[in-house]
Amino acid sequence: MKYVDEPVPGYPLPIREGHSSPGRLERILRDGHFAVTSELAPPDSADPNAVYERAALFDGYVDAINATDGSGAHCHMGSLAVCALLTRLGYALIQQISCRDKNRIAIQGDILGGAAMGVCNMLCLSGDGVQTGDHPEAKPVFDLDCMSLLNIARTMRDEQTFQSGRKLDDPPRVFLGAAANPFVAPFDWRPKRLAKKVAAGAQFIQTQYCYDIDRFKTYMQEVRDLGLTEQVHILVGVGPLASARTATWMRNNVPGVHIPDDVIARLNGADDQKSEGVQLCVDMIQQLREIEGVSGVHIMAYRQEHNVPDIVERSGVLEGRTPWHPKLYEGDANIQSQMDKYDD
Amino acid sequence: MESCYSALEKTLVMMAPVLERIGMDRLEKPVAFIEKNIKGVLFDCQMCGQCALGKTGMSCPMNCPKTIRNGPCGGVREDGFCEVKPDMRCVWVEGWSGAQKMRDSGEFHVVQFAVDYRLKGSSSWLREVRRIRTEKQTNVQSEEAPS
Repeated sequence: MKYVDEPVPGYPLPIREGHSSPGRLERILRDGHFAVTSELAPPDSADPNAVYERAALFDGYVDAINATDGSGAHCHMGSLAVCALLTRLGYALIQQISCRDKNRIAIQGDILGGAAMGVCNMLCLSGDGVQTGDHPEAKPVFDLDCMSLLNIARTMRDEQTFQSGRKLDDPPRVFLGAAANPFVAPFDWRPKRLAKKVAAGAQFIQTQYCYDIDRFKTYMQEVRDLGLTEQVHILVGVGPLASARTATWMRNNVPGVHIPDDVIARLNGADDQKSEGVQLCVDMIQQLREIEGVSGVHIMAYRQEHNVPDIVERSGVLEGRTPWHPKLYEGDANIQSQMDKYDD
Repeated sequence: MESCYSALEKTLVMMAPVLERIGMDRLEKPVAFIEKNIKGVLFDCQMCGQCALGKTGMSCPMNCPKTIRNGPCGGVREDGFCEVKPDMRCVWVEGWSGAQKMRDSGEFHVVQFAVDYRLKGSSSWLREVRRIRTEKQTNVQSEEAPS
């Protein structure tokens, strides 16, 4: 089955009533489909082909691609540039905006720029501390935090002004997202903090890696009790672990990642740890899908991006639909005539 | 701590006519100095000039290495320590336990907006006094105004 609402690259879709953006991700979530997003590891390269190749790995399996913004405080090609390259081909992007490296003047400029290039989704993050990255000597900016960033982005879209109050000629029509980490202290505050993000403007959430389903269920119960699942679409972070050793390393060295002992034990007990890691990820997606209020998954398969199609396929969450990708209608006369129509 | 703070606020507001006679501008420097020292000792205050202690469980958010005014971030360590400074308790873990001890922590869950960096180093006490005074005056004026 093919999915509706196919874009002609370079031409925005119409904005449906009640929607904030013309984007496909917002349409899929509001239509009640189980959404799949993944993130692209931006290259340490000035070669655009490196970006195209990495995006093509996800073709037909993800509804939107996150363009990370110096994740883990490491230097890579910038988020805005990755968005620029990929929106040209019609991909749905989630532009990540971190408060670590830019002040409010630069960030508001990026929001306008991203929207102008056809980015329909923006993920507002505080950002990792510089100490985790490859330039720990850098100056951390943090002029804003994720909440004030959400607030500013929403003001730009809904009030059509910069934070200063100066009027915009045309607002950025974007679907706003934020991150959440239900797996770290203080646990009883996390659902309430999510409420704060929703109040600040978050319309979708992508969570930190989930390896602890029980902790997540407790969190979701509280989130539902606060009535948040009616106001925000929650995409749960998942990812394949390459081995028990990698898992232990991540747990000890990556801030905010919580991996329970039984997950590490399961990997340790497997003959082929890598494929067990993939299986574990598939199992997790299937369990998450059953939880009320979960709208989709966000697959972070760092250095295992090629496994994303297999994970999505085996989890069965797309239920036969094929997310749009640039080669979907290659040679399809019908679409070709549509494109010709636009060209006239 | 919370009651000391609200008592101080009331006293300052009561003294406002006197303060105004002396001149708020002339008082700015000495008051900021006193404020910096008192709050410096008690809260490790960074003098952002727009104090949010009453809304953060009496934990100064400007000590967060990411200066998050709406914390905590997702990097809190399992023992409640900071992602960036492993030997420091997370400002917001402290704030959360502080807020639960407070009688009025209602504003804890309200979104705090970005800091105005022009105010750094100035006294938030005087700013608060001026704000409350102006609020009162506008209320009086609107009550007096014929409807």
